[in-house]
Amino acid sequence: MKIADIVRITDGKLICGDDVGEKEISHAFSSDLLSDVLTINRVGILLITGVANLQTIRTAEMAEVACILISRNKKASKEMIELAKDNGLIIIESPGSMFGNSGKLYQHGLQPLY
Amino acid sequence: MKEMTYEFPIEGGDFIKAGHASSNVKKILNQLSLDPAIIRRIAVAMYEAEVNVVAHAYRGTMKVFISPAAIRVRVEDEGPGIPDIEKAMQEGYSTASDKVREMGFGAGMGLSNIKKNTDKLEIQSKINQGTVIEMITRIKSKGA
Repeated sequence: MKIADIVRITDGKLICGDDVGEKEISHAFSSDLLSDVLTINRVGILLITGVANLQTIRTAEMAEVACILISRNKKASKEMIELAKDNGLIIIESPGSMFGNSGKLYQHGLQPLY
Repeated sequence: MKEMTYEFPIEGGDFIKAGHASSNVKKILNQLSLDPAIIRRIAVAMYEAEVNVVAHAYRGTMKVFISPAAIRVRVEDEGPGIPDIEKAMQEGYSTASDKVREMGFGAGMGLSNIKKNTDKLEIQSKINQGTVIEMITRIKSKGA
């Protein structure tokens, strides 16, 4: 699924990432537990989360998550955006809930990790 | 290749800077011709150890020794120490504060995840003094 489609399906807003609309993502993982994100065994995924802090970005950097979808209108701080840019990470903010966004994206063909 | 060593400080309780040391080391490793999957394993293990220092200790250091055969990471802290290492290794066991849990950590998965992502893990701890974690990951260079 293209990043542009993820943005459209979740009524989201692309906060960070230049010319990434055509970039493809095949798998997603929904979690508020960063410790769990650190145990996943696939790189380049979409992380759907409600945890918006600097460690969300650090975790994505270490686990090599490609894109973070922040749910429920939570905002990425200036520091989070800077750190994400430094590491080539994509951030999308969405008004939808984790459950709602996960359901919609699953319905459109994004695959679960487990 | 001579062994290269690096050292980074870790500040206890500082969740703004947490991950800084691991990020620096990851960037250094990215410049070497290593298997990206191995770099990711080391990065995850280092970051888990760094977050442990931030979450539980007063201060610490991350020392990294890079040789052609292996990457050795030694994380030392001044802190409360781990009373029962065997228990701390059990998945789900945690003494993390609410603040740490609110950040998305403290689920008792850190040490077992470090073990999973390294080839050798040694933990030494002294109550009211601190903890030393040493992890070794064997490396193969690309095409080797």
